[in-house]
Amino acid sequence: MSLTTEDVSRIALLSRIELSAAERESTREQLNGILGFIEQLQAVDTAGIEPMAHAVDVVQRLRPDLVTETDRRADFQAVAPETEAGLYLVPRVVE
Amino acid sequence: MSDLINASLRELSTALAAKKVSAAELAALFLDRIDRLNPGLNAFIALDRDKTLAQAKAADAALAAGSGGPLTGIPLAHKDIFCTKGWRTSCGSRMLENFIAPYDACVVEKLNAAGMVTLGKLNMDEFAMGSSNETSYFGPVKNPWDPTRVPGGSSGGSAATIAARLAPAATGTDTGGSIRQPAALCGLTGLKPTYGVVSRYGMIAFASSLDQAGPMAKSAEDCALLLNTMAGFDTRDSTSLERAAEDYARDLEKPLQGLRIGLPTEFFGDGMDADVRAAVETALAEYRKLGATTVEVTLPNSGLSVPAYYVIAPAEASSNLSRFDGVRYGYRAPDYGDLNDMYSKSRAQGFGAEVKRRILIGTYVLSHGYYDAYYLKAQKIRRLIAADFQKAFESCDVIMGPTSPSVAFAFGTKSADPVQMYLSDIYTISTNLAGLPGMSLPCGFGANHMPVGLQIIGSWFGEAKMLQAAHQYQKATDWHTQMPGGMQ
Repeated sequence: MSLTTEDVSRIALLSRIELSAAERESTREQLNGILGFIEQLQAVDTAGIEPMAHAVDVVQRLRPDLVTETDRRADFQAVAPETEAGLYLVPRVVE
Repeated sequence: MSDLINASLRELSTALAAKKVSAAELAALFLDRIDRLNPGLNAFIALDRDKTLAQAKAADAALAAGSGGPLTGIPLAHKDIFCTKGWRTSCGSRMLENFIAPYDACVVEKLNAAGMVTLGKLNMDEFAMGSSNETSYFGPVKNPWDPTRVPGGSSGGSAATIAARLAPAATGTDTGGSIRQPAALCGLTGLKPTYGVVSRYGMIAFASSLDQAGPMAKSAEDCALLLNTMAGFDTRDSTSLERAAEDYARDLEKPLQGLRIGLPTEFFGDGMDADVRAAVETALAEYRKLGATTVEVTLPNSGLSVPAYYVIAPAEASSNLSRFDGVRYGYRAPDYGDLNDMYSKSRAQGFGAEVKRRILIGTYVLSHGYYDAYYLKAQKIRRLIAADFQKAFESCDVIMGPTSPSVAFAFGTKSADPVQMYLSDIYTISTNLAGLPGMSLPCGFGANHMPVGLQIIGSWFGEAKMLQAAHQYQKATDWHTQMPGGMQ
């Protein structure tokens, strides 16, 4: 199957990546090239095969519910684009 | 001083212990070489002479106090994917152009604790997505063997740095071949450990079920010493494996008598260039001379590894890279409307073309209605690929073949067609999907005197065996000691 320009717009919206009209067309061609390449997977018989999500079978470890991190808010906010009074600033989301 | 730039880590350690050179002098020697040679290579993208020399002086103090270890005072450089406290950590991206890491990655922490001295941060394909270093926001790294050719990727800065003797060793990461392919293209030795052996904490995530850090250096012996320090359980990485510590150098001096080398039919087909084939065949003849036997094995699903990888890796990347939203760190667009517009513009401007392409593909294969057809299907095929290896290792101890189908290619020759670029990792990707360890070591030269890499794939936790095979070969040959011209 082949992606339409509308498909590309929808994927770009889900990805939160703005694409100009010109970029949408070139992106559509490139994505279709890649999808054409991965299409060969469909021909493989995988009936009864368990999906392999991970390279090694590990179980999520649990740890005691203790505070292990120190307060480093100032350090971490030093690299943020915009903060005020310990808060991250973004455009207004609630009117 | 020229003997110091070609010295092994063990020789440097001996020279430091014998006070023939100090850590500060060694750091200055390499920093001076970086100043002189890096402008032509673009391998280093962050340097801080004061910080480096302060660390070197601390190493000298530890050595004087007798509290140093085998790596104390030896300089190295880090791929810019590792968070390095107080250093700009960009991951080769505009997105993190101004990001000063507030903490150290586990790998950096361990190498610092061992007394190693950080020379700087190394260029790489943006977010480790690329096989030629052409996707870096900071411009491509040049191959020291021929500056019109790529160094490979994504750890291209690490590879070029060691080839040009700007550092004795470097860290790298390998998601689909990013340590082994550049090691092959630049003529050095690099090792990707079994998944879970080295902590991923503080290593900027690309595809979490595949990413693994490893050492890059001039020889297998150097890689073994570095891996001894880099490996180990870490509670901060949920997939770090709880295993007893190993000495990866323990088998280096054992002869290869009786070693069974598996040669996958699929790795010796039409895909490989004639010059690569000739060098690999010559290396295999040398192994037989050293007492090893070769046996044909098959990996019938290995041809599916590149397409399966280009579903799984972008899927994981699209999730991992959603953290770059212009809120907590990283690039924020200068002009925007509402919150969604801020996200979309910041990500459009902060990411380069290949990263965006992979996020879009990953988002698509995970989206409603396509998840089963692409993502789940690829995960099933991943199991078939891993099962092939399991079966192959019933009749051999290690697998060998080419690392890359060609020697280093010229800039621009593959960058226009993403699929062509993806196929340069055709021999390396299957080991990541299976979680196996793999390494590349130089085994000769191909057309235009460009290095050729021999790939060794080990069974799960077979690092010591791979390193033994590589070290014994390096004792019998001198490919790994060759240095590009013009880098004196």
